Amino acid sequence: MLDALQRLGATALGVAERMGRGHLFLLHVLGGFPALLPRFGMVVKQMYSVGVLSLVIIAVSGLFVGMVLGLQGYNTLVDFGATESLGVMVALSLVRELGPVVAGLLFAGRAGSALTAEIGLMKATEQLSAMEMMAVDPLHRVVAPRFLAGILSMPLLAAIFSALGVVGGYFVAVGLLGVDDGAFWSQMQAKVDLHEDVFNGVIKSVVFGFVVTWIAVFEGYDTVPTSEGVSRATTNTVVHGSLAVLGLDFVLTALMFGK
Amino acid sequence: MSQTDKPTAEPLVRIRDLVYSRGERRIFDGIDIDIQRGKLTAIMGPSGTGKTTLLRLIGGQLRPDSGTVWVDGESVPQLNYRQLYELRKRMGMLFQNGALLTDLNVFDNVAFPLREHTRLNEALIRDLVLMKLQAVGLRGARDLMPSELSGGMARRVALARAIALDPMMIMYDEPFTGQDPISMGVLVTLLRTLTDALGLTSVMVSHDVQESLSIADYVYVISEGRVVEDGTPDTLRASTSPWVQQFLQGLSDGPVPFHFPAADYAEDLLGKTVESSR
Amino acid sequence: MMHSRTVQIWVGLFVIAGLAALLMLSMKVSNISTFTETEGYEVTAHFENIGGLKVRSPVTMAGVVVGRVANIGFDKESYEAVVTLNIQNEYDNIPADTSASIFTAGLLGEQYIGLEAGGAEEVLTAGSELELTQSAIVLEQIIGQFLVSQADKE
Ligand SMILES: Nc1ncnc2c1ncn2[C@@H]1O[C@H](COP(=O)(O)OP(=O)(O)OP(=O)(O)O)[C@@H](O)[C@H]1O
Ligand SMILES: [Mg+2]
Repeated sequence: MLDALQRLGATALGVAERMGRGHLFLLHVLGGFPALLPRFGMVVKQMYSVGVLSLVIIAVSGLFVGMVLGLQGYNTLVDFGATESLGVMVALSLVRELGPVVAGLLFAGRAGSALTAEIGLMKATEQLSAMEMMAVDPLHRVVAPRFLAGILSMPLLAAIFSALGVVGGYFVAVGLLGVDDGAFWSQMQAKVDLHEDVFNGVIKSVVFGFVVTWIAVFEGYDTVPTSEGVSRATTNTVVHGSLAVLGLDFVLTALMFGK
Repeated sequence: MSQTDKPTAEPLVRIRDLVYSRGERRIFDGIDIDIQRGKLTAIMGPSGTGKTTLLRLIGGQLRPDSGTVWVDGESVPQLNYRQLYELRKRMGMLFQNGALLTDLNVFDNVAFPLREHTRLNEALIRDLVLMKLQAVGLRGARDLMPSELSGGMARRVALARAIALDPMMIMYDEPFTGQDPISMGVLVTLLRTLTDALGLTSVMVSHDVQESLSIADYVYVISEGRVVEDGTPDTLRASTSPWVQQFLQGLSDGPVPFHFPAADYAEDLLGKTVESSR
Repeated sequence: MMHSRTVQIWVGLFVIAGLAALLMLSMKVSNISTFTETEGYEVTAHFENIGGLKVRSPVTMAGVVVGRVANIGFDKESYEAVVTLNIQNEYDNIPADTSASIFTAGLLGEQYIGLEAGGAEEVLTAGSELELTQSAIVLEQIIGQFLVSQADKE
């Protein structure tokens, strides 16, 4: 009994200690952001591996999620004779929830894991250590550009996901199921609000991008420098990143739409 | 010698009473080391005694439990972030495994410290990099990626990178491992030339007894957390300590433990030790 | 390794695609014009029951959206709901005796205010009050009444 209590305490302390280190780490990395402006090429290079290389999976998923939403929504709405609202349903689901959330999950799996593995391996092969000895701060030189690239890429990826999802829904609804073209768009425009829905969705994606990238680079930097350590850190990024996206989505939704 | 020269008695690195532990294991148990300016100092000792750890303590990557590490008049453990980074700009370090940046090719690796710390134009950087690569015999390999290099080549590139900024002090962690006799000879000459011609202070960690004794000005032998012997190569060769003689001659029998501290072998095999009797 | 020019072009395309997607979401999917719609004049109306009417619900006339609900309050004296309607400036000739009703779009859809033009000469201006109002039809009430009347018959 006491043992279990002690173990619980130790775990809690460990988690608190790690959280503390994570926040100090964040402060240190953010301190490196100003120096990135004159060397934005480094960020662009990272946006390639974080953003462009995630593009295919994001685009394909967005398209298919939109198509499935179209099909499923049609089956439900047709009973109420409200198939014109299909556009609204598809667009609202995507813009408010599925766009940021699914893009965030894919981002954690595709870009986050790659970031963790890359930084973890750089640590394991002493590259970070070597940089320190060359008087180059790896948190500024290696982590900061990747972090900024993640923050910038994620909202763009989420927007692409949602936009292609709407297009996919349109294909199914108008192309396959014969919903009226004009009604599809006009109902959607009437009911989807720029501020309430689109902006809030973008805010969500910014938050998810920030948190997932933070988790990814911290896991990489905090890796135990062995192959096993890198593999565990990579898994942690995907698991913790995904849980963070889902948990934060609930909180943000409650704050934004819960009135 | 001109009067403006700093007194040669003042060493560049002065370590006193250094104690450092990793967990339960005490790696240094009060060692004193002086590294003289403009000299090549070799640090020798059995594998796993903490030679790499010592270099990291000098570079400020690790903090001692107690004792002092002075580099060029500054107490390394007490430096703040900015001061430490300023100091490191004047140090070069060759890592045991090279530690090249894997996403940059050979040329960019050597150019890395120049690009980070100077505002030189590309043409000048190119000349400097090619000079350093030429010195280690790898000018032709400038476009290769680190993954395309052999271990010995990678270490030579890392050496070129360590000397790129012409630092006041370079620490070499096992520079000769994995080199064939020819490049070994070239490296030995290079280390000596760097020290003599540029007035660099060099610290070299090595197992290679003959090479070390042939080029070093001063030698420290450490084992089990202590300095067992120090002196010029000649005094070392003449040393009567059985320990030093065993180490220099590479005999397996003698006072130097070849094994990591462990329970008695026979007892271990018979399963009598505390660990396995659980 | 990839040439840095290629990398830059790809990243450029990626940013353009992302911005285009954002533009599509704001122009084509939602209605960017709702943003400028705040310019209008406000009139009030009392309702006995507003049902599920919300701020920003549409105000329509002959099915055309002419404004939005700007505010919903409660009148402590009459125990009625006070709804402020924001009517776009271009609809400046709505008769003063126009009536306002709360309708439901479809059986279970959202609620909106429908205006029906009266015959008066004067027109609505900022601060006018709509006198003729009809409350929301609350489904539970109707079902309740129906059940009571069924019970009475027996
Ligand atoms: N990260 C670490 N965690 C715990 N112990 C460590 C760590 N790194 C090194 N050690 C321990 O410190 C001791 C000294 O290590 P170090 O790398 O300095 O040895 P070395 O003298 O450089 O050996 P070699 O000649 O084989 O390179 C080793 O015995 C090792 O067990
Ligand atoms: Mg070592």
